[in-house]
Amino acid sequence: MDRNKHPIINTAYQLVPATGSLLRTLGTVFMHSFRKRETVSYPEESVYLPPRYRGRIILTRDPDGEERCVACNLCAVACPVDCISLQKAEQDDGRWYPEFFRINFSRCIFCGMCEEACPTSAIQLTPDFEMGEYDRQQLVYEKEDLLIDGPGKDHDYHFYKVAGMAIGGKDKGQAKDEEAPEDVRTLLP
Amino acid sequence: MAIIHVDGQAYEVNGADNLLQACLSLGLDIPYFCWHPAMGSVGACRQCAVRQYKDADDDQGMLVMSCMTPAKDQTRIDIEDEEARTFRASVVEWLMINHPHDCPVCEEGGHCHLQDMTVMTGHDRRRYRFSKRTRRNQNLGPFIGHEMNRCITCYRCVRFYNDYAGGTDLGAFGSKDNVYFGRYEEGTLESPFAGNLTEVCPTGVFTDKSHAAHYTRKWDLQFAPSICHQCAMGCNISPGERGGSLRRIENRYHGDVNGYFLCDRGRFGYGYVNRSDRPKVPEWRAQLDQTPTHLEVDAALDHITDALRHARRVIGIGSPRASLESNHQLRELVGDKHFSTGIEAQEQACLERMNHLQRTAGLPTPTPREIERHDAILILGEDPVQSAGRLGLNLRQAALARRETMGEKLDVPTWDAEALKTLGQDSYHPLHIAWPTTTELDSVAIRHSLAPEEIARLGFAVAHIIDPSAPAVDRLDTATRETAQQIADDLMAAERPLVVSGGTLTSEAILEAAGNIAKALSMHAKQAGLVLIRREANSTGLALMGGQPLDWALDELAQGNADALVVLENDLYQRLPAKQVDAALARADIRIVLDHQRTPTTDKASILLPAASFAETSGTLVNLEGRAQRFFQVFEPAYLRPEARLHASWHWLHSLAVSLRGEPPKAIHLDQATQACAEAYSSLAGMAQAAPGADHRIAGLPLAREPHRYSGRTAMRAHLNVNEPRPPQDPDTPFAHSMEGYSGFDRPRQQVPFAWAPGWNSPQAWNKFTDEVGGHLRGGDPGVRLIQPAPGHQGHYHQPVQSAEGTNALRALILPRLFGGEETSSLAAPIQQRTEQPSVILSADDAQRLALKTGDRVNIGEGTTLPVYVQPDWPTGWAGLPAGLVAGVLQGATLTLSAGDKP
Ligand code: SF4
Ligand code: SF4
Ligand code: SF4
Ligand code: SF4
Ligand code: FES
Repeated sequence: MDRNKHPIINTAYQLVPATGSLLRTLGTVFMHSFRKRETVSYPEESVYLPPRYRGRIILTRDPDGEERCVACNLCAVACPVDCISLQKAEQDDGRWYPEFFRINFSRCIFCGMCEEACPTSAIQLTPDFEMGEYDRQQLVYEKEDLLIDGPGKDHDYHFYKVAGMAIGGKDKGQAKDEEAPEDVRTLLP
Repeated sequence: MAIIHVDGQAYEVNGADNLLQACLSLGLDIPYFCWHPAMGSVGACRQCAVRQYKDADDDQGMLVMSCMTPAKDQTRIDIEDEEARTFRASVVEWLMINHPHDCPVCEEGGHCHLQDMTVMTGHDRRRYRFSKRTRRNQNLGPFIGHEMNRCITCYRCVRFYNDYAGGTDLGAFGSKDNVYFGRYEEGTLESPFAGNLTEVCPTGVFTDKSHAAHYTRKWDLQFAPSICHQCAMGCNISPGERGGSLRRIENRYHGDVNGYFLCDRGRFGYGYVNRSDRPKVPEWRAQLDQTPTHLEVDAALDHITDALRHARRVIGIGSPRASLESNHQLRELVGDKHFSTGIEAQEQACLERMNHLQRTAGLPTPTPREIERHDAILILGEDPVQSAGRLGLNLRQAALARRETMGEKLDVPTWDAEALKTLGQDSYHPLHIAWPTTTELDSVAIRHSLAPEEIARLGFAVAHIIDPSAPAVDRLDTATRETAQQIADDLMAAERPLVVSGGTLTSEAILEAAGNIAKALSMHAKQAGLVLIRREANSTGLALMGGQPLDWALDELAQGNADALVVLENDLYQRLPAKQVDAALARADIRIVLDHQRTPTTDKASILLPAASFAETSGTLVNLEGRAQRFFQVFEPAYLRPEARLHASWHWLHSLAVSLRGEPPKAIHLDQATQACAEAYSSLAGMAQAAPGADHRIAGLPLAREPHRYSGRTAMRAHLNVNEPRPPQDPDTPFAHSMEGYSGFDRPRQQVPFAWAPGWNSPQAWNKFTDEVGGHLRGGDPGVRLIQPAPGHQGHYHQPVQSAEGTNALRALILPRLFGGEETSSLAAPIQQRTEQPSVILSADDAQRLALKTGDRVNIGEGTTLPVYVQPDWPTGWAGLPAGLVAGVLQGATLTLSAGDKP
């Protein structure tokens, strides 16, 4: 039988399954009212974010409590929106540190490239996204706003313990897998 | 020419090259460390291995070091051969065994040749799990940092420092895998070319300390093609800026002028640009003792216009350290009849004489590169390392080139550095220096310790021997006659003799003597050359422009013939005795001074206009060859320091002229300023072609000042205001203040702000910009020569000077100093730290007469007390004084020394 020639029959054919689907949807929705609730009433209730969530950026400290960032500029160059700017300075003992460290969060896209580039685990993204401001200028974070007291997600890494440069408290030859400095005044094998 | 086959492709190359040079010149990449285009090969690092086949039938071949293998015709090699690749990767892996985990805290990072080569060979995982060797560092003085852990034992440093530059205090110590590169004892590196180690060393062992103090990675710097302003050599430089301050000076390759190297004054003397005490806004005061009031630009212009309108006559004093454009605008403002070059009369006479000689003495002026091809040299009354820095290196290479001449006979190629060194031993092309005290070139030269007049007489005598029709010198003593004979013989025996002289001793007689020798040599149809050293960055240019000497300007003022004065970037107290300057300034009611530094002259200004330094503006200079070269603005000072009101002097002066004429303000652009200057003086007509104009584009693009990975654009200014302004627009030059624009290497160009090519972040990237490695820029070496020998011009011989009658008076002999002898670089902290303890040099006779001995202290002029140094062969009657120490003392001035306080 050619259905197109009998529009009424055709409509009936379509109507029956459509009604069924509609009823099933209503049923599902109704059943959901007995399920556990996924929606949280933020801000009264806090949200769970996994530790690897990419939110507000921090600068961490090494296990000895010293600033981890060595001002190498790799995060800045990795940043696709160029919103990190810093200036290297040197402590008296030779340790490099950022004289200033600025992130313009009004530009940041929380891609995590900086964290990935960082050779010292200094810069990390955290599960915090509550950064709203009325004034965009307030989104410019300086080092005071970024630096925290702990090591963040990476508890152990200590860049200067593996680097060759001598700093206060770690002389040449005292880093991991290093021999004592060579005596150049000997020709002995 | 030779045909070589690389990976199955045939190429035409220079058969005199080695394979590495040949392949790099073709644009093929082979990793290397120890070879350097200016220093040849030694085969020390084993990094440049390729597979070479004996002939067309050989399918085995063997690994060879490409840098040690001649590019003979029909050589067949594979770069991409599997074994060769593995070999090269292993070499890097093995160099990395002891390499520290330092890149993040290494100043070399981002322009490190070792990083580049490691990436190129594909070594990306550390397999070696055992311990690393470590080494202690040394403090090598204010210029160079030292981190010995990073050394890969390529030997480039000592080869440059000792062989190329003639240093003696850097060496390789130890043996086997324990080789240390440093000084015997900690201490300042003595060579004035030590700074080049930062570029020669392929790793972060030697780094620029002045840069480390405000470190910025290369990718974060903003660059422009610039010209060093620290002497008349006109070396091409790439100054790098960030955050409104200059962070470092890197060499900018120029095939004819500076090649790969700079002197340390040029490299480390930029600190004056960053000084916090620089004038930044216009200042005005009615009385000298008042604190100056700060003015806005318009207010300042109104003020000056008002004052100048009421002036009877305005004198303009230009400056040989300012651009031609600025000097011309000043001259336009005050008028030809009221313009002075700002150069002391005697010095100016010498400058004019030098320009004249360059045209008429019958000899061309070789480029610094060509100087290295001259095989006998006479330096008459100059100490080139102290007075023209980089030039000293060229002259040294000329002396060393004897090795190559000897090698040629034995078929030793010019790149085989170690073989040539062994062959040459201590034989050098003859290099005679007539100069009263030790010079940096003494180790390869024969020095004749003479007083200025005697130097001139020696020169006249040499000319007379070469060409008897040149006037003879009477009453010449035997010793001098013999010396003259020896010099003349050496010059005549050479193919390409070279005469070097200059204005350092401000003696026209010496220059005339040099001119006589030049003319005598030209009579013999020798391929000879004449090089004349000028003192300041634009001395040659100002002498071409012309104008009255400074003495005239001061006289006019002192006599009341003028009551207003405009001084352009010039500290008059450096040039003439303070009394004379004071007297003149006291009679000028209106004293307008433009400068980028605070000087004793700016302290006397009634209105001070803050001028832009070389890094903040553009302009043209003429170097000692007579080459007009353009330097370009590196950064716009107002972008990061919005409160600054720095403008090019030519801008200020033009605005003043417009406002004086009562016309509505209209801006002038660089191209107009240059064009105006080129049109006004026939001798400067060529300067407009020195560099492309503002409309120059490559592939339709302006040229980028910043590398494409310039970081922090949206944060570096965010503390001032989170809304970023548009990057500064530059109507004056073809360069953009951003990374947008052309920054590649594949299209030939002359003006290269920074050298970068994919995979080549270090200065080795210059190889990608040259027609052949160590050759010329593919787009042509920048600059145009303005002074040409006049064809068919017959110069005439000058009469020799008479020997000075013995007087008892002690005369000042100002000795140029690379560090501390130049005004602006002396304001940079590293240069101040490097400046050696000055002393007064006396002859034994004079010392005895004055009852002084080495170490005693004497007073010179007001307030300067110096220790005495008695030099046995120092000419009697002269007191050697370091330049730049006692301001305003002229060459030859009579001195009275009085015993100073005990130290
Ligand atoms: S990458 Fe890490 S160590 Fe380097 S500057 Fe950024 S935060 Fe500091
Ligand atoms: S020398 Fe080069 S490879 Fe070595 S630590 Fe420095 S930047 Fe890294
Ligand atoms: S210090 Fe630098 S130039 Fe000298 S051998 Fe070591 S890596 Fe080579
Ligand atoms: S030689 Fe002169 S121009 Fe060249 S770098 Fe040294 S000071 Fe500058
Ligand atoms: S570059 Fe050829 S061995 Fe070093």
